Amino acid sequence: MCGTCGCGQPDDHITIRKPGEENHHEHTHEFEHDHDHEHDDGKHKHSHHHKFKHTHSHDGHEHSHDHEHEHHEHDHEHSHSHEITIEQNIMHKNDMLAERNRGYFEAKNIFTLNLVSSPGSGKTSLLERTINDLKNEIKFYVIEGDQQTMNDANRISATGAPVVQINTGNGCHLDADMISKAVKKLDVTEKSVLVIENVGNLVCPSLFDLGESKRVVIISVTEGEDKPIKYPNMFMTSHLCIINKTDLLPYVDFNVGKTKEYALRVNHHLEFIELSVKTGEGMSKWYEWLKKNKAK
Amino acid sequence: MHELSIAQNIIEIVEEHAAKMKARHVTEIVLDIGAVSGVVPENLEFAWEVSAKNTVVEGALLKINFIEAKAVCLECKKEFELDDIYTMCPHCGSFQFEIIQGKELKVKSIKIE
Repeated sequence: MCGTCGCGQPDDHITIRKPGEENHHEHTHEFEHDHDHEHDDGKHKHSHHHKFKHTHSHDGHEHSHDHEHEHHEHDHEHSHSHEITIEQNIMHKNDMLAERNRGYFEAKNIFTLNLVSSPGSGKTSLLERTINDLKNEIKFYVIEGDQQTMNDANRISATGAPVVQINTGNGCHLDADMISKAVKKLDVTEKSVLVIENVGNLVCPSLFDLGESKRVVIISVTEGEDKPIKYPNMFMTSHLCIINKTDLLPYVDFNVGKTKEYALRVNHHLEFIELSVKTGEGMSKWYEWLKKNKAK
Repeated sequence: MHELSIAQNIIEIVEEHAAKMKARHVTEIVLDIGAVSGVVPENLEFAWEVSAKNTVVEGALLKINFIEAKAVCLECKKEFELDDIYTMCPHCGSFQFEIIQGKELKVKSIKIE
């Protein structure tokens, strides 16, 4: 079953593409559904031309169908049920895959960032500017995560950095398996920086380790200053909090001190950088952080 | 709705164990879900109904043990229960604490026939 919308389709509507590549993974959703017909007169005929599976229940008469049934054999021996202890972490598979990714990144000296935020906080703009400002010093690779469109990958591609776009369809987050596949496609070289821009969502991505070196949560001053306590899991699992769009501070009621206080309640290890991608204010601090942590 | 992914992870784990034991049916699944695990039990139950269809767990009873969250204050070293992770230590007012219980996301046991 598909992992995102719960439909009966296999989980193959996630696409991983480079800019310019066509989507070969389109599919239509066919649905299975059940019919319940009641036939009281037993006189009428009906024929079915459905593609989907269906089951009938009939009351009070017999008649034959010209379509095929799957026959199940039931034997009604009752065996005693018994309990098995499992004690297995539900996130185990993702966590294992994330650790594999992490090992690969460490071995190849690839510094990996997982950028998370609400939609519209400026993740892509921050990334565009960062790549343009630092591309002579650092080799960047980018994985873009969005439900739909190649728009962000195309924006990053314009900076010259290799990029792949993961479209999650209805999915609300990236997972470690998608990253493993995207990294293969991207052919990331040693001693580089890989930036993963997660799906804009402050809830779901927090649970999914991708194997990143650092998780960076971005909040912009046009958002509510209480976001850190409204969406605590994301702030709890991040290493750095970037407060973006500081050029708008004179026009909004955003209290930077209050936001930091809230965020520190959730995660007292969290670091902060205030910046404006638009004016460039504070960007040097971000670059310092990036270079310092890359070197570690 | 990451609970859909969570529900499917659970089903995968159960399917694996059920196949190993050559079980014909799974009748019960017991989970530990921590209060600060990031998973909402109600959302999980909803996702479960959708995900369980046509799998070995269809019709199985899903039991969720909700685990209360506990922390140890890094200032006064005392233990306390918490409802959310942005709370303060009720003993000394500190926001610096380590969560020692409540992050659980676990398949505890299953019943098979």
